[in-house]
Amino acid sequence: MERDPAGSMFDTDELVINMGPQHPATHGVLRVVLKLDGEKVVDADVVIGYLHRGVEKLTESRDWTQIVLLTDRLDYVASAAANLAYVETVEKLMSIEVPRRARYLRTILAELQRLASHLVWLGSHAMDIGAITVFLYCLRERELILDLFEEFCGARLTYNSLRIGGLPQDIPSGWLPKVLRFCDVQDEKLVEYETLLTHNRIWLQRTRGIGVISGEAAVAVGLCGPTLRGSGVGRDVRKDEPYAAYAEIPFDVPVGASGDTYDRYLVRLEEMRQSTRILRQAVEGLPEGPVMAKVPRLIKPPAGETYHANESPKGEIGFFIASDGKSTSPYRLRVRPPSFCNLQALPQLVRGHLVADVIAIIGTIDIVLGEVDR
Amino acid sequence: MAENDQNPTGSGAPRPPAPAAPAKAAGAAKAEKAPPAPPGPPDPPPPADLAVPAFLEALQAALPGAVAQLSYFVGDWTVIAAPGRLHDLAAHLRDAEGARFDYCSDATAVDWLGRPGPRFDLVYSLYSTSLRHRVRLKARVDDGEASPSLAALWPAVNWLEREIFDMFGVRFEGHPDLRRILMPDEWQGHPQRKDYPLEGPGELIMERPQDWLRLGQSIRESEIE
Amino acid sequence: MIDLIVLPLIKIVFVLTGVLITVMYLVLLERKVQAWVQARLGPMRVGPHGVLQPVADVVKLFIKEDLTPARAEKWVFTLAPIIVLVPALIAFAVIPFGPEVNLFGRPVPLYITDLNVGLLYIVSVAALGVYGIILGGWSSNSKYPLLGSLRSSAQLISYELAVTLTFVSVILASGSLSMVQIVEAQRQNGVWFAFVQPVALFIYAVGALAETNRNPFDLPEAESELVAGFHTEYSGMRFALFFLAEYTNMIVVSAVATTLFFGGWLRPFPNVEALWFLGFVPAWIWFTLKTFVLLYVFLWIRATLPRYRYDQLMALGWKWLIPLAIANIVVTAAVKVVLGS
Repeated sequence: MERDPAGSMFDTDELVINMGPQHPATHGVLRVVLKLDGEKVVDADVVIGYLHRGVEKLTESRDWTQIVLLTDRLDYVASAAANLAYVETVEKLMSIEVPRRARYLRTILAELQRLASHLVWLGSHAMDIGAITVFLYCLRERELILDLFEEFCGARLTYNSLRIGGLPQDIPSGWLPKVLRFCDVQDEKLVEYETLLTHNRIWLQRTRGIGVISGEAAVAVGLCGPTLRGSGVGRDVRKDEPYAAYAEIPFDVPVGASGDTYDRYLVRLEEMRQSTRILRQAVEGLPEGPVMAKVPRLIKPPAGETYHANESPKGEIGFFIASDGKSTSPYRLRVRPPSFCNLQALPQLVRGHLVADVIAIIGTIDIVLGEVDR
Repeated sequence: MAENDQNPTGSGAPRPPAPAAPAKAAGAAKAEKAPPAPPGPPDPPPPADLAVPAFLEALQAALPGAVAQLSYFVGDWTVIAAPGRLHDLAAHLRDAEGARFDYCSDATAVDWLGRPGPRFDLVYSLYSTSLRHRVRLKARVDDGEASPSLAALWPAVNWLEREIFDMFGVRFEGHPDLRRILMPDEWQGHPQRKDYPLEGPGELIMERPQDWLRLGQSIRESEIE
Repeated sequence: MIDLIVLPLIKIVFVLTGVLITVMYLVLLERKVQAWVQARLGPMRVGPHGVLQPVADVVKLFIKEDLTPARAEKWVFTLAPIIVLVPALIAFAVIPFGPEVNLFGRPVPLYITDLNVGLLYIVSVAALGVYGIILGGWSSNSKYPLLGSLRSSAQLISYELAVTLTFVSVILASGSLSMVQIVEAQRQNGVWFAFVQPVALFIYAVGALAETNRNPFDLPEAESELVAGFHTEYSGMRFALFFLAEYTNMIVVSAVATTLFFGGWLRPFPNVEALWFLGFVPAWIWFTLKTFVLLYVFLWIRATLPRYRYDQLMALGWKWLIPLAIANIVVTAAVKVVLGS
């Protein structure tokens, strides 16, 4: 770190600026050390670990069922996605067949969660770039989603909404019409957000050509989710390795063209539209039946290892679980965090841009520090 | 909370199992049981009636002796590398026509403390965006042994290997920037090893708030240098 | 004697009090308008519908601890906010709130003074405010405020040029630099200069947003950007003065716009006899109404638009607005020659 003895403030050497860990726009406790040449970023070093809670080690002394609670707190903006990925990994390990109704309900919960996460993303991204009203509008719609979740599982943020083998309880009566009504409201309000941002000249100037990464570079550096799809790579775990009820519900996966911030923005907006499409189809086609498979009281998967991935709103969330077949805790549980892998690309994305763009780029990667640090 | 290491079902031995544990005599009346199997992944071989994917056959043909074992479990294929052959296998899997694993989903390690042989299992999960198939690549590394870094093949592995180093202490040769990532830079010990306590190392637990202040000051001073 | 000293003094007291109270309530209005745009309510607790919120804010700022950073230049640090606030306040000396009215038997013009170079006075006084910003950032003796103040002052100076050039075209249209004469010219022409000089109005609007450091040109002081701006190290009363200065600038800018482009104290359609009943509304109320509509537009824009990046902001000012303003002057002059009047 440079010091400033009097007189050296106007040196034209490189300036090292620390952004964070407390900063209104880093979406959590993230520290980015920027090396600047005037206003241009020459290099960036990302320092994480401020929110490291040792979740992976904690799981080694928790019950298989209790771990669902821990997965809530990874990406706390999209808890149901991590819940789903975890229970599906254990179900894969135990070769449990989840009933069809449960799979459809899980899809509904996952898509509602995707919408909630993208709304937070849109709101905070727009607010960082200056359009503060969009944040309040997005949170207004998110309230509706949180109300739906609260009716279902009692919680607004960390849901603990899934169990190994299905769902803990069936949906309450009157819930499905509310979901449909929410879809209508959401589609209507999405038009509002688009009016404020998509063709706004200032928005275009702040996001076009910012943080460009090519498709091959994105795949090589391990990007996932909408961050990867904005660069033209059509990878979506829901299509490539379908889980829950995604194999039975048709939908499109939007892919961007130029890999800049604007394309990632468009990709996520289109994903929100597709989410309401999936929701409607899932609600229409919801089969009757049990919501829980026949699962032993005490979960004890056989010895073995497996990896299973889902498409969380941030990207590919995977769980690698090694079970030793004997104990009631996993031997090793590894979370493959999409935000961690996406954040890795930050130095590459900000190089050559101005300081004000760093904020926009952090917003477009869409990270949640709970997932990055675990 | 002193008791944060809860085991509510009451079963399960406290981690880690004592190294080189002899057979536990369950009682004088019982016949002497066989010693418990040492910890380690079962790595079951593929069932005889299942066809090995073409790219794996090509792999074994192109690099004879590099694959120590093939394993198949609940739909996942795993390639276990022979000692020292990890990098060749990885390069082949990335570049070969039928494989084309251009995307490294995940890299992690598992600590099999007490296993005869190398202690750690390095696990790389690979995916091909063009051919849409997956494979897992495993290598065995011993405590203190270094493994070749795959960061040159997949830049995605950079931070993932840093985390393995941070949490398990496995060094990677050829890694561009091997330093701790989640724990503070001057932390001693590797938290996710099985012999590292869940509550953290006792001697660094601060009993008095003034000690926290002093720790913060010393860190700040060392940063300002 | 009365006309020379007592009357102006009374007017000054009125104007100052009025401006300061307006500024206080403008802050509240901003919070309320932003809230309503954002589907929420804004301050509601202090007084009915938050009406006493400004009082609470003033009390809070007064009783805050007086912090001066250890390495700051103490006197300049205290002087800087004053240098920003005073020019903003003294600009009101030439703003005409209304025509001459008969009060207690004497004709009293509803402006403090009518300089025959009133517009020039406003421009010069506004330029003085920039010194305060530079001094504020420099005297904090810290990297980020310095960078922020340099950026902010560069932004202000660039957009001042554009704004002053629009004034030139208004002067061409009205034939005088005096604020009162400009309003008179609009009354004689029977049409507001907003319709005669729409390009100048547009440039002035953009320039006004940049001059007052308002969204979309508020990068130097936005809180989600990296460099927090020249008032980072300021707190309590000194910060209050910066804050006051910003809002006072907003009011000055809106009042000048009202005078130059929207007919000042004139009622809408001043020469249309059929609307004579509009004349029942006193002139200064028309002026105040128009100024408030313009202030509302300020708030509205802040709630809606994203923020420009600094280099885009500067490019806009230098590459677009200044050439456009110069072109506008040329066209106005040509039209005047052609029309011969």
